[in-house]
Amino acid sequence: MIDIPPYPPLDPSNYDLIIVGTGVSESVLAAAASSSGSSVLHLDPNPFYGSHFASLSLPDLTSFLHSNSFSSPPPPSSPPLPPSNNHDFISVDLVNRSLYSSVEISSFESEILEEHSRRFNVDLCGPRVVFCADESINLMLKSGANNYVEFKSIDASFVGDSSGELRNVPDSRAAIFKDKSLTLLEKNQLMKFFKLVQSHLASSTENDDTTTVKISEEDMESPFVDFLTKMRLPPKIKSIILYAIAMLDYDQDNMETCRHLLKTKEGIDRMALYIISMGRFSNALGALIYPIYGQGELPQAFCRRAAVKGCIYVLRMPITALLLDKETGGYKGVRLASGQEIFSQKLILDPCVTVGLESLSSLTDQQNETLSVLVPKALINKEKVSRGICVIRGSVKADVSNALIVYPPKSLFPEQLTAIRVMQLGSGLAVCPADMHVLYLSTLCDNDDQGIKSLLSAMSNLIRLPDPENHQSDSVVENDTCEAKPILLWRALYVQELVKGEYGGTISSMPSPDGNLNYNEIVESALKLYEQLMGSEELFKEETSVENTTEENDGGVDIED
Amino acid sequence: MHGRPRKAASKPEASAAKALKLRSVQSQFMSNHHRKIYTQEAIQLSAKLLAINPEAYTAWNYRKLAVEDNLSRIDDSDPSLVNSILNEELEVVAIALRRNLKSYGAWYHRKWVLSKGHSSLEKELQLLNKYQKLDLRNFHAWNYRRFVLELTKTPQQDELHYTTDMINDVSFSNYSAWHNRSELLSSLVAKKADGFMPKETIRRELDYVHNAIFTDEDDQSAWFYYLWLLDQTVKMETPLRTSSWPSDGSIIILSGPGCFNGSSSSSKFTTFCSESGSFPLILYFDQAVSGVSSSTVTIDSELQGNQDLVWEPVSDKNSQLSCVWVARLKFDSAEPCFRKENKVKVSLGKSQGIVSSRGCYLSAPYEFVFTVHIHDTVGEPQEGIVLWTDGFDNWDAQSKDLNSLITSDQLNADTGFEWRKQAIKIEIECFRDLHDSKFGKLILARLLMAEETMISDDAVKGVHYNEILQLYKDLMALNSSHDQYYKDEHSVALLHKVTSSTESLSRRLFLYRNMNNIVCLRLNNLTLSRIAAVEKFLFVQMLDLSHNELHSAEGLEAMQLLCCLNLCHNRIRSFSALDSLRHLKQLRVLDVSHNDMGGKHPVDTTRYLCSRPLSNSAEIGRQVPCKYWDAYLVLRDLKKLKQLDIIRGNDLIAGEEFSSFVRQVLPKLVWLDGHKLAS
Repeated sequence: MIDIPPYPPLDPSNYDLIIVGTGVSESVLAAAASSSGSSVLHLDPNPFYGSHFASLSLPDLTSFLHSNSFSSPPPPSSPPLPPSNNHDFISVDLVNRSLYSSVEISSFESEILEEHSRRFNVDLCGPRVVFCADESINLMLKSGANNYVEFKSIDASFVGDSSGELRNVPDSRAAIFKDKSLTLLEKNQLMKFFKLVQSHLASSTENDDTTTVKISEEDMESPFVDFLTKMRLPPKIKSIILYAIAMLDYDQDNMETCRHLLKTKEGIDRMALYIISMGRFSNALGALIYPIYGQGELPQAFCRRAAVKGCIYVLRMPITALLLDKETGGYKGVRLASGQEIFSQKLILDPCVTVGLESLSSLTDQQNETLSVLVPKALINKEKVSRGICVIRGSVKADVSNALIVYPPKSLFPEQLTAIRVMQLGSGLAVCPADMHVLYLSTLCDNDDQGIKSLLSAMSNLIRLPDPENHQSDSVVENDTCEAKPILLWRALYVQELVKGEYGGTISSMPSPDGNLNYNEIVESALKLYEQLMGSEELFKEETSVENTTEENDGGVDIED
Repeated sequence: MHGRPRKAASKPEASAAKALKLRSVQSQFMSNHHRKIYTQEAIQLSAKLLAINPEAYTAWNYRKLAVEDNLSRIDDSDPSLVNSILNEELEVVAIALRRNLKSYGAWYHRKWVLSKGHSSLEKELQLLNKYQKLDLRNFHAWNYRRFVLELTKTPQQDELHYTTDMINDVSFSNYSAWHNRSELLSSLVAKKADGFMPKETIRRELDYVHNAIFTDEDDQSAWFYYLWLLDQTVKMETPLRTSSWPSDGSIIILSGPGCFNGSSSSSKFTTFCSESGSFPLILYFDQAVSGVSSSTVTIDSELQGNQDLVWEPVSDKNSQLSCVWVARLKFDSAEPCFRKENKVKVSLGKSQGIVSSRGCYLSAPYEFVFTVHIHDTVGEPQEGIVLWTDGFDNWDAQSKDLNSLITSDQLNADTGFEWRKQAIKIEIECFRDLHDSKFGKLILARLLMAEETMISDDAVKGVHYNEILQLYKDLMALNSSHDQYYKDEHSVALLHKVTSSTESLSRRLFLYRNMNNIVCLRLNNLTLSRIAAVEKFLFVQMLDLSHNELHSAEGLEAMQLLCCLNLCHNRIRSFSALDSLRHLKQLRVLDVSHNDMGGKHPVDTTRYLCSRPLSNSAEIGRQVPCKYWDAYLVLRDLKKLKQLDIIRGNDLIAGEEFSSFVRQVLPKLVWLDGHKLAS
């Protein structure tokens, strides 16, 4: 653990809300709550902002993953103090839950990487992007957090398969026109489907059902994949729509393994998000944008917003215990690692913070109830997300720096149950040195082996895995065939647990990063929690962008309405 | 710029103030202009005016005068002085364009300045890129771009790449870019530039534009370009004689006026009675040509007096371009060559001169031979009324006579014939996939028609017609607002179908007993709205088009042998729609009853295009009531007309006045609306 430097006691010691962890949902809540006038103390045990959403240098990322994984030795916990009885409350010790497993980090060109080590901003929760029409963008605009982040476009998106070929995702009229792999008839069918969706959206927003075509209620409730079949779209196009536009994870054609069968209604919503994103900002190339300096900028932007509104920030400050009322068993406050005791009405915790089972046994029922959200639940489905990060020299596609690549289910190998998403980011986004790229990979999985296997398969499809034996005696023939493939310099593989957030009255627990490509579900859960905490108080009511910073930045995307 | 709503006008008070200001500037400017004041101050004022109103043409012209004036005063040897004057002009234009991107005067002024030798073309291109980004389809900018590139001598290939980039990277719904492409390609193909042979170029472009059409079948810009390409593909360059009368190898029987005696044998041949001792020789080309004359068409025959034939174009327009050319060959039934076979050899194109509107010459020399029998006449010409109801004998389906009447098409010698045929084949396959779109159907129908004309194998000829007819029927149901167009095309296809084989044509051919057994083609009750395929039945002398939906007689002018024509129960609205009948010198019987003539549509808009009532009224003279001038224009040329059915079923003033007018114009008329006229 981090050595806690001597810290002056915090003043005041009483708040409306204490938030532990600076992930995206915690930061959104901090900004929202302080903007509505609540006094907020925002803590993070780490020396950086963002928690599991942070962007870190390679050494920092390595140590964070190791210290938060199962394989690491449990933190030397001081023997649990007996619940102190000298006050009106009892204290319950907290335990850190590990989110990561199967962490494996390997470096193939340590010297070069060490030389540049501080020039990396690598995301913990990658691959992740923002859709231009995302709720998170709306929230940034509404809160004013957009003033602290700058975005750039993702240049292209591709669909890959085992052949190694990357085909452009025909996601717009112009892209369909230019596409070289679709037949004329497929172009026609795909565009017609886009038009149908657009016409349906127009009819549902304008309430004018005279001329526009609307998709029937019955179809809206049917599985999206069936609807696509009904529209006579060929398998190739179905796959593009399902996995590269609607960004689904599970094989929609396989009822046995599909955990989430999408309804047409949801499918249309997802397509709508994509379509609206395409045209939202005039200087964005496509639907997707990425924050310069990494995803860690997003929680930080909300934190800055919160700080402006009076939220107090303390980093490197874990909490060690919860304080409960002796009589009622209700929540009172927390004990910081510095020893100081701080009190608040409500408490919001990072998903890693849990209560040890042994400490629960000595508690009363009422106390147990207060802490219920912190008790690790036996998960019903062991769904996890496996993630991979590669630092490579060169690019997976010539002339393209920032790109999203989707491998639909079964596209790489027959047992591939879920879509694998890969994102390449370049130095233009200030995430790595000039001639390199960072690749993020992720896929949902039931167990670590399955997830890691999928990621390795996608990696070998895209990049050259350095072979230490062959490294010296490079055979010319082999070099010729894989010359175009970029070479791997550094790699991290890990599997992350998916923890859901939980609202528990006074104490609430926030979700871990999810397996999605964007923040929509995370932001949604944060907003729901805000509603539960604050009632119907309007979100960021006064913030409607008074400051108007129109900086001309080349290639950057101004997200202003 | 396109599809965006206009901004609401500013408040009335504000615009009133603006107008006041504009008016004062304008009057000051006009006074400067009239007094030819070209001081710096006065020039500034014109700039001010143009900044407010770029449409002030006078101000642009004033500036041109001022520039000329200034240039005449300064030392020409100092280029910087000239440049500073011209730069100021460019600046004024730029300001005006900021106000209105589509100001004709401003763009023209810029061209004018450039023509003065101002040479910063690089800057012009930068400016253009800016404007073309502001509005992709600003045709002013595209025009100006062509002008600048002409000056810079930029290779057209580079400019072609530019249009590709505009289409690929910005939007393919860009008429201007596609149009520029067609201009560039036309020029490159004409120059025979490397890699721009017509065959490859058109194939490449067709494949390219398919992407746009299939991506968005409702996008008109792509269709426009496609139609241009299709035109380039379908249209042969070299004109072709498609048919003639008499046709190659045929035998015709000529006689003088009166009843030809020999009804038993006549069915085998075409008989033609002439009162004037001449018969028409008709040449029909697949496209309008000029230069048909006695020097380009030579006649070799024993018939006397046909050395210097006069060839006349048969067309409504007063031009020397026509698909149909006719000359009158003389014969004399009193000559000793009577009952003798006279061979007539017609040779075309031995000396070059027959040329299409595109400037292409008739491909190869061609000749054909026919035989003429001359019979004497027995008895008096028939005076009986033609009733169109009976007196018809079926054509003997077994007889092979028809083969000699219908000319087989001359083989097309166009150099591009094979690749064109191939290209159309590929296009047909391609558009069968787009069968549920209305444009797809229309293009498919057009492609099938084009392919049909290229089929030379008799066994498969006519194979597409049923599909074409069905496509147009579908289109009529699908898009009723363009119903009339589809109906016309349907008629064209139907007529081609009927005439596609001797077998199907012979089913509609009859012999009219009461008039020398002349050949009658009955195309009644076919819902025809337009006449086509006339070249296939030039030999017909009696034509029944009754009970159709024709709105014009256009196309019939080629039928120089026609003596009886039935157009009753059609939708002809006015006499000007019958204009093409003027060319039918042989016409003796005409039925135009039961149409809409003079009825619900008293104002015929086509009249303004072709005829001038006032200039003609003097010619008609006092005797002819002025209100019948349009009838007069058609009827005056039908000198031989003996029977006319016109009043019944038309909203004409049926009275003594009209019938006396008709009798005056048509002195030979015997029957008017079924009544025998008193002589």
